[in-house]
Amino acid sequence: MVSSSNDHPGVVATARPVEKRLEMSRRSFMQFCATLATTLGLPKGAEAAVQQAMEAAKRPSVIWLHFQECTGCTESMLRAEHPTLEKLILDVISLDYHETLFAAAGHQVEAARNAAMSANKGKYLLVVEGAIPTRDGGVYCKVGNKTAIELTRECAEHAAAVIAIGSCASWGGMPSTDPNPTGAVGVNKIIDKPVVTIPGCPPNPYNFLATVVHFLTFGSLPPVDHLNRPLFAYSRLVHENCERRAHFDAGRFALQFGDDGHRKGYCLYKLGCKGPETYANCPTVLFGDAGAGTWPVGCGHPCIGCTEEGVGFTKPIHMLAKVKNVEPPAMYPGLHESQGQGATLGSAAVLAGVAGAAAGAGAVLARNLGKQHAEAEANTDKSEV
Amino acid sequence: MASRRDFLKRALAGSAAVAGAATCTDASARGNAQISPDAVGLLFDSTLCIGCKACVAACKDANGLPLDYATPIEAAWDVPVDTTAKTFNVIKAYVDGTGRNKDQVQDGYAFMKSSCLHCVDPSCVSACPVSAMTKDPVTGIVGYDPDACIGCRYCVAACPFGIPKYDYDSPTGKIGKCELCRHRLPEGKYAACAEVCPTGATLFGKVSELKAEAKRRLALTPGAETTWPRGNLTTGDQPSWNGPAPAYVQHIYGEKEVGGTQMLKLAAVPFEKLGHKPLPERSFSSQSETLQHTLYGGLVLPLTVLGVMTWVAKRNVKHDDEDADVGRVSTRQAAAEGDGRLKPTLRGERAQREGDKHE
Amino acid sequence: MSNHAHAAPAPVGGRLLSPVTFVLGVLILAALAILAVRFIYGLGAVTNLNDGYPWGIWVVADVVIGSAFACGGFSVAMLVYIFNKGEYHPLVRPALLASLFGYTLAGVGVLFDLGRWWNFWHILAPGYASPNSVMFEVAACISLYIIVMWIEFSPTFFEKWGMKDAKRKVNKAMFFFIALGTVLPMMHQSSLGSLLVVFGTQIHPLWQSIVLPLIFLISAITMGYAVVLFESCLAAAGYRRTIEMHLLTPLSRIMLGMLGVFLAVRFGDLVFRGALGYAFEGSLQAAMFWLETACFVAPFVLLRSEAARRNPARLFVAGGLLMLGGVLLRINAFLVGYDTGEGWSYFPSVPEMLVTFGMFAIEILAYIVITRRFPVLPREDAAHGAAH
Repeated sequence: MVSSSNDHPGVVATARPVEKRLEMSRRSFMQFCATLATTLGLPKGAEAAVQQAMEAAKRPSVIWLHFQECTGCTESMLRAEHPTLEKLILDVISLDYHETLFAAAGHQVEAARNAAMSANKGKYLLVVEGAIPTRDGGVYCKVGNKTAIELTRECAEHAAAVIAIGSCASWGGMPSTDPNPTGAVGVNKIIDKPVVTIPGCPPNPYNFLATVVHFLTFGSLPPVDHLNRPLFAYSRLVHENCERRAHFDAGRFALQFGDDGHRKGYCLYKLGCKGPETYANCPTVLFGDAGAGTWPVGCGHPCIGCTEEGVGFTKPIHMLAKVKNVEPPAMYPGLHESQGQGATLGSAAVLAGVAGAAAGAGAVLARNLGKQHAEAEANTDKSEV
Repeated sequence: MASRRDFLKRALAGSAAVAGAATCTDASARGNAQISPDAVGLLFDSTLCIGCKACVAACKDANGLPLDYATPIEAAWDVPVDTTAKTFNVIKAYVDGTGRNKDQVQDGYAFMKSSCLHCVDPSCVSACPVSAMTKDPVTGIVGYDPDACIGCRYCVAACPFGIPKYDYDSPTGKIGKCELCRHRLPEGKYAACAEVCPTGATLFGKVSELKAEAKRRLALTPGAETTWPRGNLTTGDQPSWNGPAPAYVQHIYGEKEVGGTQMLKLAAVPFEKLGHKPLPERSFSSQSETLQHTLYGGLVLPLTVLGVMTWVAKRNVKHDDEDADVGRVSTRQAAAEGDGRLKPTLRGERAQREGDKHE
Repeated sequence: MSNHAHAAPAPVGGRLLSPVTFVLGVLILAALAILAVRFIYGLGAVTNLNDGYPWGIWVVADVVIGSAFACGGFSVAMLVYIFNKGEYHPLVRPALLASLFGYTLAGVGVLFDLGRWWNFWHILAPGYASPNSVMFEVAACISLYIIVMWIEFSPTFFEKWGMKDAKRKVNKAMFFFIALGTVLPMMHQSSLGSLLVVFGTQIHPLWQSIVLPLIFLISAITMGYAVVLFESCLAAAGYRRTIEMHLLTPLSRIMLGMLGVFLAVRFGDLVFRGALGYAFEGSLQAAMFWLETACFVAPFVLLRSEAARRNPARLFVAGGLLMLGGVLLRINAFLVGYDTGEGWSYFPSVPEMLVTFGMFAIEILAYIVITRRFPVLPREDAAHGAAH
């Protein structure tokens, strides 16, 4: 099943070879490009660049390593629909090494990996799926008599870019959960190169695909956050776009699985939903291309925080999430909001005018009284004289 | 005629009576009111509050209140900046610097619930002249009766927490304030804000139990895992959850302030920064009522003064009469008045003429 | 001065319509129009009242200050009948008239400010009335005092309408009403100060005190004398009458005496509570405190010698400044020194001020109408005789 990479020159002279390869109409292909561009959050017109890159670029060679994992990431990838992802993986990219999808086995595949790596030195993409055990010299995971550490370092040395797919490869994921008997860690702890992580258990296939297409289109990996997650997919909390958010804001919560609130689709926060502390685009991209509601919270299960180190596989599912999106609070009233109407020019002027008039009238009156008094005094003096 | 000496004597006696009345405060002094053993209240824990405002929405729902907004631009949302006659409960935020760290003084933020604290010895009840503000003898809930209210807004001015609010935009405006969902208690429900609170930051229960819970929390080691009850502490109607303890400020706000309140507050940021000024332990209402009852208790003092005044006035008015001053019409005065009544117009005209002459 | 055979009061006479009464009438009509809006659309439609300052000038100026201005009747009546200074008798009626309208309007003014005015009778109705409330005490005393004052003043009307019999009957019991008329204002003028005690720390320490009732009472009595000085000079100037200097000069001494007592209590209290330090802070409150104090001290300077006290101009200015001091004391205690929490501001709106001006206009207009038509002021020629 492994496609032979060496006979693809990249630019194909025949008309629209991509559509042919993908067995899709031109219209569907354009839709696919637009979908990816949108997932990446690229501006209008970028779908053309994506389309050009897809048509013109040489299919990059991809080496896909598997370590401590369940193959869920790959399984998830295989179930993408726009287009059927196995076609894309096999035809848009040149998948030169993938243990699950290999037809061949043993020395044959190791030889294929070495051949692809030497042929595309410095140009191939390395994708790692699964955590890497470090305890006891990494003996807990070996492929072809090489430990996961050795394999990762060997493959990463001349890779153009390294992508860690799934939570296990991103930071250790499930295998690294306390007490972590194998000393499982993420790829970034093994090599010095920057690693783009696509965490999730499983991750959304479109997030991975969009990252790859970004690399194809722009020759670089997309911008990432402090945990090396692509910002286009991991910059928003699940909570922010959650379809049940209105229930949270209104204080309507499911208290138990199957209770009245749960049946009515109320917020799952009280059941331990980690949406408020988990960065992922699950509520907007959804899973499995089966339409609305096809993601954990949509199906009535609280988010477990699988994309978030320290939350997924670490915090018990029933434990309450720490709500992150309130920082800094913008829509909350301060403790001392300014309220009430102070002096306006008009009101101050009226008061000042009246006070002035009163003072003026008083002064005139006092002066007159003083004058009269002086006259009276003078008269009295005269009469006394 | 009264001599200067007489005058001074009386002046002294008069001012001594007034001064004495004002200074002898022990006669009917009352201390702070005592809390009912069945008093109910709320415990608000700022460290648990996630700012979801579910309590704000639930409060509106439970009390049938309309949308409230500060400016017309925000008319689409319910965004009151403070409690108002239409909003009995508001979550306010303390923000400093970047405001990124919860419950930190610097570059941090913290939430504070603003609603009626249901004082044990409330100023608003003491101030209200028509018993529209009442304190329930059993639950201790401070309630409001719009049918009794005259709208004088003495309660609004008197409350040290600025809680009762008046609706100035209505010709028949009412006072609005939290009444601890007392209309829901007979239905077996409790305060809506506590019922919906997802973290138990607002907890309903008997004040005695809430106080014990507050003390338990203050004794926790920061970071230590503990159980957080939710909903109604007394009945335990909602499942609790486990989580780490924060580093509290060692102060239960409302335990002693103005004689204690039935809403207790905990926080990890000093209360002064959360808009809660330090208040004395003696309630203001007890001070005011002690003063009033000292002056007017049994109407003893006013009646005594009235008696003295009546006696003095009777003597002096008679005295005046002999002098043909006022009071009973003496011959001289009658003659003088008769004269005055006979020619009022003439006198008026003359005054007019004199006035003209001056001009 | 020792001649106590006073002239009987008589109407001043003259035309009622003049530029002054016309302006007063316009002010009253404007106030009535604004009040119509207030009763149709609510307090917020015409006032700047808010929950940080629920009491604005309608309470502070119309009721608290208005009733303090109206203390002339009480102060002079107390002087004449209680302290037996019969020589001041000619001042009683005019002072009582000003008081009568001052208080009646204060009572009516309360209704404008009450948010739920149709329930106003609750304040005196058993079952509703709450004796713990200072407001109850104020309302009860003011209501009763207004009735008492109308009775005290009724002989004037009986004279005008020739109801000798009624006048005689009322005069028989007058001593009791006079006594009541001194006790009731003492009670509620002090209680206007007590109103603030329950505000606790919301009132600035320069004004919050347990002896507020005493401070408000003494200042009200002092203001009462000041009002009489002020009003006598004003009436004399307005009606071109001779000023009753033979009465006002000694009255000003009594006023200064009361003022001395007031300042002793005021500063004694500040020192005793250790609050005087706040007066030296750079705050609005400190500045207003000194302005208030300056107004209270100024009469001592203006009227320091007997010669100065014989000068009507000085009496007029001193009386005016003392009244201003009393006004500032009340505005400071109720508004400037009131702080319910940061962020709140209040300044009366123009319509709000117009209503207050209208209220004072009613008072002045009524004074003019009644003194011109009813026997209130001492008969002019007799007064002349006494002065010379």
